[in-house]
Amino acid sequence: MEKVLMKGNEALAEAAIMAGCRHYYGYPITPQTEVAAYMAKRMPKIGGVFLQAESEIAAINMVIGTSAAGKRTMTSSSSPGISLKSEGISYLAGCDLPALVVNVQRGGPGLGGIQPSQSDYFQATKALGHGDFRRIVLAPASVQEMASLTFLGFDLADEYRMTVMILTDGTIGQMMEPVSLDFGEPCEAVKDWATVGHKWERKPNIITSLSLQAEELERQNVERYERYKVVEENEVRYEEYRMEDAEICVVAFGVCARVARNAIEEARKMGLKVGMIRPITLWPFPKDVLKKAAEKCHTFVSVEMSMGQMVEDIELAIRCQRPVLCCSRVGGIIPSPDEVVEKLQEAAKMGGKAE
Amino acid sequence: MKGTKQILISGFGGQGALFAGKFLAYAGLLQGLEVSWLPSYGPEMRGGTASCSVIISDSPIGSPIITHPDVLVAMNLPSMDKFEPQVNAGGTIIYDSSLISRAPAREDVNNCAVPATKMATDAGVKTLANMLLIGRLLREVDLADDEMVNQVLSKVVSAKHADLLDLNKQAIKLGYEYKE
Repeated sequence: MEKVLMKGNEALAEAAIMAGCRHYYGYPITPQTEVAAYMAKRMPKIGGVFLQAESEIAAINMVIGTSAAGKRTMTSSSSPGISLKSEGISYLAGCDLPALVVNVQRGGPGLGGIQPSQSDYFQATKALGHGDFRRIVLAPASVQEMASLTFLGFDLADEYRMTVMILTDGTIGQMMEPVSLDFGEPCEAVKDWATVGHKWERKPNIITSLSLQAEELERQNVERYERYKVVEENEVRYEEYRMEDAEICVVAFGVCARVARNAIEEARKMGLKVGMIRPITLWPFPKDVLKKAAEKCHTFVSVEMSMGQMVEDIELAIRCQRPVLCCSRVGGIIPSPDEVVEKLQEAAKMGGKAE
Repeated sequence: MKGTKQILISGFGGQGALFAGKFLAYAGLLQGLEVSWLPSYGPEMRGGTASCSVIISDSPIGSPIITHPDVLVAMNLPSMDKFEPQVNAGGTIIYDSSLISRAPAREDVNNCAVPATKMATDAGVKTLANMLLIGRLLREVDLADDEMVNQVLSKVVSAKHADLLDLNKQAIKLGYEYKE
């Protein structure tokens, strides 16, 4: 299939349509507005629904309703809007409903700015709403991945009956790159749980997150975590870059992984043996490959656009066996390759000795 | 084209910096090269600055952000002031000398002055000074011959504006053939 030049946000929206999503609910916010704009243009032409809700909260609740009816559905927003949606995302989990939620992050906290950021890492991977639940978090690092991970995201959401979040940022959303939209057929699950009318032929399906019997609620939580265990076993995704002889391991996702790639090239010219493990799934986090890397690498460097939020996950993954440095810029600033190289030189000097 | 070219195009909003960048990105794409196109975006208003970073390469592209361009296309003075110091030594600065009163101070770069706005106005394609500068750029960067220019324009000029196709071609030609 011919490659076309598309913005990340647009490629994401088109991939969602190709995955069979015909119900999009959103509310404008920079830097994700292209997703909504694209859906507004395309959905009416293909018999789909584009609805600009009265608020982010309304949009996520529309997602709950549509998903309960067994249809593929999504919403998108940027950081402050995702906070508003967090209640609904918890309800989605309590109802075991599949959904795709996109966060094109901007600098925070609060209203923050509109420049790119990764500072919703904690929120996305740890606690996007109240209660015991997980989300699969996919972190695209190119326009191609904006499309392919969105397509995959719908399949995963259906398979595990859970929310899949695309966690990206303003840079990947706004940039254009060639993209191939050749994904084959989506694997839409049979949704015998959907509330689509029983026609007196079966027992009514009930979808609710309310469960007043403690034993029953416990059973649901335990069942959910068994499903999450399968996700952790089967759905970890990452990319290794020049790790074959690496002594320093960069960990970076999204646009930071792109910047780190340039820095690694530079550092290699200086004779530093640097490689990178790029998590594609932030949850489940690629723990095993990092733990294995700790056998050979003396230092880890997290390159991120947050105040070291991913450092904790790396430390946990490698059981604190090695020092983990952090190279970060925040507030909407992207670390430059030079800044990363500087941190890599610092890592090389440490040679594995704790800070 | 061999290797990697990092091209930064910058001007006032409305001058067509983003469109010019899109043209270059498509030229790369149609030749099977790796490309990235990144606009500056921010709380900007009409008449504010707009720039875009285009990277074209024969190998996979890392960061889409350009800190040191090989080629700077400056369409207004603020862009020249801001980005001139960042251009790689041995790089190229192409600028609209009808809007930018000063020549670049750098002596280690290749400077190409093009009175693009004046030429475009004289030729009756007032809004296409951006493509004139692209024409000049194509003489420096081996990215598109006549045939490729036609192919790219048919991709980037929307059907709604098909009447502008020939004018774009004309503007590119004017820029390409301009002699200082």
